[in-house]
Amino acid sequence: MALPGYVGNAPTSFFVTGDPMIYASDVLIVLTVIGIVFVLTYYKKWGWLWREWLTTVDHKKIGIMYLIAALLMLFRGGTDAVLMRTQLALPNMHFLEAEHYDQIFTTHGTIMILFMAMPLVFAMMNIAVPLQIGARDVAFPYLNAISFWLFFFGALLLNLSFVIGGSPDGGWTSYPPLVENPTDPGPGENFYLLALQISGIGSMATGINFLVTILKMRAPGMTLMRMPLFCWSILATSILIIFSFPALTIALALVLIDRLFDAHFFTMLQGGNPMMYINLFWVWGHPEVYIVVLPAFGIFSEVIATFSRKRTFGYSSMVASMLAIAVISYLVWLHHFFTMGAGPGVNTFFAISTMCVGIPTGVKVFNWLFTMYQGRIRMTVPMLWSIGFIPTFAIGGATGVMLAVAPADYQYHNSYFLIAHFHQTLIGGVVYGMFAGLYYWWPKMFGFILNERIGRWAFWFFNIGFYVCFLPQYQLGFMGMTRRIYVYPAGMGWTALNLISTIGAYLMAVGFVLIVVDILYSIRYGERDVTGDPWDGRTLEWSLPSPAPHYNFARIPTVTARDAWWVMKGERKRGEVKRELEPLEPIHMPNNSGRPFILSVLFFLGGFGLVFEWYWLAIPSGIGVMVCLLLRSLEYNMDHYIPVSEIKRTEAALGRS
Amino acid sequence: MGLVVSIVLTLLALWVVQAHALSHAMLLAVILVLAVLQIVVQLAFFMHFTESAGPRYHVSALALGFVFTFCIVAGSIWIMTFGGTQPY
Amino acid sequence: MSLAHEEVLSHPDHDIPLEYSTEDGVLKIFGFWIFLATDLILFACLFSMYQILHLNTAGGPTEQDLYNVPEFMAETLILLVSSFTCGLATLEMRKGHRGALMAWLIVTVLLGLSFIFLEVREFVDYVGRGATMQRSAFLSSFFTLVGTHGCHVSLGILWMLSILYQLGRRGIQAITARKVFIVGLYWHFLDVVWVFIFTVVYLQGVMH
Repeated sequence: MALPGYVGNAPTSFFVTGDPMIYASDVLIVLTVIGIVFVLTYYKKWGWLWREWLTTVDHKKIGIMYLIAALLMLFRGGTDAVLMRTQLALPNMHFLEAEHYDQIFTTHGTIMILFMAMPLVFAMMNIAVPLQIGARDVAFPYLNAISFWLFFFGALLLNLSFVIGGSPDGGWTSYPPLVENPTDPGPGENFYLLALQISGIGSMATGINFLVTILKMRAPGMTLMRMPLFCWSILATSILIIFSFPALTIALALVLIDRLFDAHFFTMLQGGNPMMYINLFWVWGHPEVYIVVLPAFGIFSEVIATFSRKRTFGYSSMVASMLAIAVISYLVWLHHFFTMGAGPGVNTFFAISTMCVGIPTGVKVFNWLFTMYQGRIRMTVPMLWSIGFIPTFAIGGATGVMLAVAPADYQYHNSYFLIAHFHQTLIGGVVYGMFAGLYYWWPKMFGFILNERIGRWAFWFFNIGFYVCFLPQYQLGFMGMTRRIYVYPAGMGWTALNLISTIGAYLMAVGFVLIVVDILYSIRYGERDVTGDPWDGRTLEWSLPSPAPHYNFARIPTVTARDAWWVMKGERKRGEVKRELEPLEPIHMPNNSGRPFILSVLFFLGGFGLVFEWYWLAIPSGIGVMVCLLLRSLEYNMDHYIPVSEIKRTEAALGRS
Repeated sequence: MGLVVSIVLTLLALWVVQAHALSHAMLLAVILVLAVLQIVVQLAFFMHFTESAGPRYHVSALALGFVFTFCIVAGSIWIMTFGGTQPY
Repeated sequence: MSLAHEEVLSHPDHDIPLEYSTEDGVLKIFGFWIFLATDLILFACLFSMYQILHLNTAGGPTEQDLYNVPEFMAETLILLVSSFTCGLATLEMRKGHRGALMAWLIVTVLLGLSFIFLEVREFVDYVGRGATMQRSAFLSSFFTLVGTHGCHVSLGILWMLSILYQLGRRGIQAITARKVFIVGLYWHFLDVVWVFIFTVVYLQGVMH
């Protein structure tokens, strides 16, 4: 078939060659794959893998798969970060060459936002939301499985570029006209566009799925204002996903049309307008940072209330501020390109709206502090991450307001000040939040508690490393160091600060490794959670055994107040209720299906075909996708009932009646 | 009924454009208003917009959708014409 | 699917249409409304793209050179009528008339096909006159905006055919009723989008 057109004018061929680091990774990848295949075959686990995981529609298992994939991606993105910091540690380093450095900062950003932060958020919401609202699964379990597999194969497609065809190198924002054909030939950029497009479809479906789940599937008595704050945060996030992801879809699709069909949306010739891409990209891009940070806010609210043994201070203002953030974050996108110079009116409007978004965030910070005030605080690992978050986010937020001052932004724009700012908010907000959630819900997912001692060490390494890494970068930004430079001369006065920053990055890496160690250690030695309620929790997920049975609730609970489980425990303790247990009824559950997996494989093949403009592969895959959709439409037996006897057996085995 | 109204609205839009009776900006405004009326017709007559089992969340969702649609279109045009100083 | 609380109605209630009679139906119809909201944003982005680029003709054909009033009026009226026939199909379904429902759906499909035929003819005509997607930013955004709508309509036609087949095999029941209702929502939505294409693309284009 036709060879990809870039072969003539770019130094790459189908397999990436030339760099010893890439050869090393090739060998590692091949060995890992052989290892996995061997283990699965040796222990005869292929059938188990297919039945229990690849075809599952259970939100808890899908959440666990998101979690595993996200941690792997965190490892990949973190390795990229350490490589970059190593290159910048000293002036005139030749550890990485310019082209390689470009690829690494591109994949670092892309992976961290879209293939690490997003799936971690999705992991947490899949694991917790249905349990917290007293539902047996999400509204559309089959669609949920499709979402996961589309994300998974999108991530695979992006990572494949590392060894096949060459990585994208246009930055995670991928601005035209740089990424148009004349200046960026080769498949790298196509990998970026298609990987994001495929996983983006999945994200949009997740947004719809959780919005419907939260609005329509709450247990009886759980009014909106009795919902746990984490569910509120997911509701706000879902709204943002629904209304912002289409903009990304369009921005990426138009670049792809430019590249594949020589159209002129964002080219410099024939009337194209590259700034329009930047406009559309940030229509999505700004809400996106709130998409990942709002769930973290939700987790902090849960964790802080639980470990202060108090109800959340200012519940209604928490809800109101979350919804306010969701709406205002829609009206700030221009602040990413103040320097386009759209005029004083435009810049002023967006500067003010940007500053406004800080107000509800401030409200939330004070509410967390007041929740802790006079509480009986237990300094567990999730609580450490939550308390650690408050100062990091306060600094990140304050520098954000500095950046929002449009005239001053002309100085900060694209400097290391900006880099420090958004890492401070995204790591300090999202990563801290997700680690808090990881430790908090881990027993619910796996039935054992992660070791607190190792967890504390991990936290302190990460937290100290975080400040050591990013505080010097603010200073470097003021001293004129711009983002994305791969080498700098001696004598700029940047050397010491860069070296300190690199040391910080290594400390953070140690923190991450310690978390992995903690997980491995606790799998073997961790304290088993036999009660299902190891933290003395407040919300419904803690009323279930750990891990929860696949139908979650044998009987759907009736909710009478906020912090439903806390209230139930209180009533039981006081002996107030001898609630008659209603008789069990057969439970209606969706069937497993292999089609989401197959559908996503077809998407992957189609995407891979388009990357190399192999239409002989892309078109049949597209038809395959349509056939999958049609087959689903013709399927009428999609669910089954679990008989009462089986529920009784399962509950008895879990020690419940 | 819905059909008649929507066809009348369409022909009205065509007529104002071809009649050359109004200035450019006015004309644009008028045909956009007519288009918005068409949405109302579709929602009311064909899409059974007010029907629902339980609370009418879809009404709020769609309202929010219209708000954000307006933000994106108006905001983008405002930004990309440098505050309205370029032709569009 | 599923899960929390079984059928919303345990007893037959003639006030509630069949498509809302199961929890599954309620969830899917609501989910589809949300999907339409996302599609709305998708088209909003394409419209703003078009509005920014439609004067950037790079010396190539302009809007006035291309758009032809009888042609786009025909497309518009066909689509409006198809939206109406699709609405009639839903009404017949509510009365339980399978034959009439299927007949109106077939009429809708035929109108949809003739719309697609006219649009393809229009595109082929433009390309023949040198107005290709590669010619200018204006044409890139024209073909993408109108083409995206055309793809939606084509998909809608395939979808309706699949539902017609299912109606033929299974008759009107909770699941097929929900499917007919949802495809109807989709079809009316596409009509709304077309009204804006008619206004923003064609009418604005011939305004001078």
